[in-house]
Amino acid sequence: MYALNHHDHGTPAVHGAPVTLSIDGADVTVPAGTSVMRAAAAAGGAIPKLCATNTLKSFGSCRVCMVEIEGQRGFPASCTTLVAPGMKVKTDSERLKKLRSGIVELYLSDHPQADAAGDRSELRQVAKKLGLGSTTRYGEDGQTHLEACKDESNPYFTFDPAACIVCSRCVRACNEVQGTFALTVQGRGFDSRIVASQDDGFKESECVSCGACVESCPTGALTEKSLQIAGQPAEAIKTTCAYCGVGCSFTAEVKDQQVVRMVPDRDGGANRGHACVKGRFAYGYATHADRITRPMIRAKITDPWREVSWDEAFEYAASEFRRIQEKYGRYSVGGITSSRCTNEEAFLVQKLVRAALGTNNVDTCARVCHSPTGYGLKNTMGESAGTQNFDSITRCDVILVIGANPTDGHPVFGSRMKRRLREGAKLIVADPREIDLVRSPHVQADYHLQLRPGTNVALLNCLAHVVVTEGLVNEKFVAERCEPGPLQRWKDFVSQPKNSPEVMESVTGVPARLVRGAARLYATGGNGAIYYGLGVTEHSQGSTAVMGIAQLAMATGNLGREGVGVNPLRGQNNVQGSCDMGSFPHELSGYRHLSDEATRQSFEKDWGVTLDPEPGLRIPNMLEAALEGSFKALYVEGEDPAQSDPNTQHVTAGLAAMECVVVQDLFLNETAKYAHVFFPGSSFLEKDGTFTNAERRIALVRKIMEPLGGLADWEVTVRFAKALGYEGMNYTHPSEIMDEIARLTPTFTGVSFEKLEREGSIQWPCNGAAPQGTPTMHVGEFVRGKGRFFITEYVPTQEKVNAKFPLILTTGRILSQYNVGAQTRRTPNVAWHDEDRLEIHPHDAEERGIANQDWVGVASRAGTTVLRACITEKVQPGVVYTTFHFPESGANVITTENSDWATNCPEYKVTAVQVSKVHQPSQWQKRHAEMDRKQKELLRRARAQAGPA
Amino acid sequence: MNIDHLVSMANDISNFFDGEVGEQEAHTSVALHISRYWDPRMRQQIIAHAAIGGEGLCKSALEAVRALPPPPLRDVGATRGSNG
Repeated sequence: MYALNHHDHGTPAVHGAPVTLSIDGADVTVPAGTSVMRAAAAAGGAIPKLCATNTLKSFGSCRVCMVEIEGQRGFPASCTTLVAPGMKVKTDSERLKKLRSGIVELYLSDHPQADAAGDRSELRQVAKKLGLGSTTRYGEDGQTHLEACKDESNPYFTFDPAACIVCSRCVRACNEVQGTFALTVQGRGFDSRIVASQDDGFKESECVSCGACVESCPTGALTEKSLQIAGQPAEAIKTTCAYCGVGCSFTAEVKDQQVVRMVPDRDGGANRGHACVKGRFAYGYATHADRITRPMIRAKITDPWREVSWDEAFEYAASEFRRIQEKYGRYSVGGITSSRCTNEEAFLVQKLVRAALGTNNVDTCARVCHSPTGYGLKNTMGESAGTQNFDSITRCDVILVIGANPTDGHPVFGSRMKRRLREGAKLIVADPREIDLVRSPHVQADYHLQLRPGTNVALLNCLAHVVVTEGLVNEKFVAERCEPGPLQRWKDFVSQPKNSPEVMESVTGVPARLVRGAARLYATGGNGAIYYGLGVTEHSQGSTAVMGIAQLAMATGNLGREGVGVNPLRGQNNVQGSCDMGSFPHELSGYRHLSDEATRQSFEKDWGVTLDPEPGLRIPNMLEAALEGSFKALYVEGEDPAQSDPNTQHVTAGLAAMECVVVQDLFLNETAKYAHVFFPGSSFLEKDGTFTNAERRIALVRKIMEPLGGLADWEVTVRFAKALGYEGMNYTHPSEIMDEIARLTPTFTGVSFEKLEREGSIQWPCNGAAPQGTPTMHVGEFVRGKGRFFITEYVPTQEKVNAKFPLILTTGRILSQYNVGAQTRRTPNVAWHDEDRLEIHPHDAEERGIANQDWVGVASRAGTTVLRACITEKVQPGVVYTTFHFPESGANVITTENSDWATNCPEYKVTAVQVSKVHQPSQWQKRHAEMDRKQKELLRRARAQAGPA
Repeated sequence: MNIDHLVSMANDISNFFDGEVGEQEAHTSVALHISRYWDPRMRQQIIAHAAIGGEGLCKSALEAVRALPPPPLRDVGATRGSNG
């Protein structure tokens, strides 16, 4: 069932030359290729329909939409009939009404009296317009499907075959929109029915629970369980998803300040009306019983928590920070923002650290994911962000995916990518694993470059070698747009034999012929676009690899227009935004270095303080300094380094060495177990603000319900700053914070809440030069002027396999869980993934006597953990893989301190390990379980003492 | 800060710039990178290490660190940024 405010014109919009026709006596002009149904809608009419919808190609099965066309025999379906100049159409007549009524009456004769959609059922609405009731002339006798069993296996929606009219909208939605092809019509005639996979039931089938079928269902046969429980919503509020970097726009349908369901916004610039299982369904964590809604303090992390008022919590935190600065120095404190924060909240945290605490020791979650993107793209092209919008994929001819798994990590964009591939675009995948994109229904990679982990730069150099030595450089483009000296040095470098695919084959593990084929395809196949993810950045040469990617794009002229580009797939909803907001220790908002005096002075004037011009500590440096004794207090909003950062034992030792850790979050997460102050945080349903997605698209987040803790996140930071004695945060609404951001940040000068309300979303830069924002960057020239090439010498990682640790562990994500799992583990999504597992190749498993589902110890030089084995050929021999969504799995106990040379982004993707069959948890897991039990007990005691909220 | 780690970081930076501008010239770029991205206490520590021989630092890293100006002294007492 579509959203409350959905306008369905029946068939998709098209572009074409204008065609004028007559509908019910009135002329209407529409593009050629438009259906008669849509033309009628454009003319203000509405032809009844059931199988047609404007999100899917027309199908013509229900025949309810038939019309009369002068000069044509019979009664053609208006959804499949295209307009023609001078066509004369009649959409209503007694004859048409009789025919339509006959069809709809037949549907109603085999339909329950009441179904889950109620009055919003399109079938009932069409019936009502035709003057039909729920009883028909056919009576109660005769064969029906009313006794068919419901499929309630999916935790989020029900399939009731009794209410299904086999219009196949769901099948087509799964095919055309989602691209999973999980549904089909089984049987013929009266026996036709919708089944999932091989009639496996939705949960066990290939269905990925995106909900596109549910939304498209016209009868309520597929309906959200939440809708069935809560009833029809009363209002609709647009907001932005808080999960991945796609940043889908949603309409939250709300009743009594509770979300009934989330429906993707058809006009959403990032998602164009589609969603995934997380954004659409997994919002229940916001009201989970684990939510902590009252501030708490304690002197030591072994003490019980004590619930206190907000005032007492602020006073205590501030007094501790001041005491620590007095004792250990100004620079012994700092803060961490995260993508959980809105832009406004991230801006305030870095402002608090700089202005109230007087230090630049502030960092953000991007440290551990896309910080190399910022460095690499800034240096080559001049801006720390991707170059395109998501719509650009519709004009791609060749898609190169490196170190990303869009169908799991960015599912809505993954679906759009698959649609383009089904339309004929070519695909090159560079990944150690056989990700879903390599081979899935109607999609197959033309090249899968299955390289060894840690050899991205070697591979990129090989691709560049082919481009340069085979004369595939776009000489016109580079001559106009790139610095000539560095370009020539780069050409000379990549041309060297050592960078040839043949020489590098033994390093990368990729056959030379595949590399040559892929390079030629990317360089000559038309519009070539590169999409990359953490499989590029989370390496010791992450920044170098990003430069290599940008240079490939520059060399082949694949920049500065639609259909091409360099597209970092940012993992989280506002990681781009938190970077934009100056959450880095060396930069102010808009990626301007602290040493830039004019920039610093503008902030000093606005904030009323003198700012330190020296860079501060990054997160790993903070932890090291804590162990050394010179860093003692930390304010963390929304981030969980104790679970997400590498070498867990090192991280927790660092946290334990601090004297005041302040955590602002929804739950008692891993970091909060080492905290002394807990500020209850707010979910995205409880806040007003903006997120910025991977396309640089700034979109509004709108409050659905009041913050459960009583204060919005931005208010918490303001009050904390005030308690620290800083009076420079006087806001009454987040829009005023954005006004300050716009005042101080050249790429944001045109951004305001008022403009966002009007436009829906804006892609920065948005300023005088680009008042409507910037969908495509580097048009005409690069932000830095001329593009710059760098020598990207391949330097092997220090993390080497050896006899003791002969395998390489790499990590990633899975569709149903998100990041550290704090949100998704508290939703029914655990039905699909209830623990992290170790993927291991059959050969490696057999060598070790490991069977599927066996418990296995995974040991590295950093530590050991135990996971259950999953034997699969998705990984190559010598490589194992796991996810990091469950704290008890300890995936980061085994990752090391190796990091990117430029940014210290951890090398999560390359850890030398050994795997062996075990029969008990690791020592770390035993200690973790005990720590977890103790901390939960301390929390339970605090809550019991305080009584109900 | 663990000096071995700082040495490793400095060497990693040098590896990149050795390739970019050559080993003879890399020290300038390495020094600039360290100045722009390293907290003063980290710079102080690596400078002190270089002053006593710089064990473990590669050629361009050692040259770069030796060329670094002394970082600013850090306040010991509590001072916040506000002038008011």
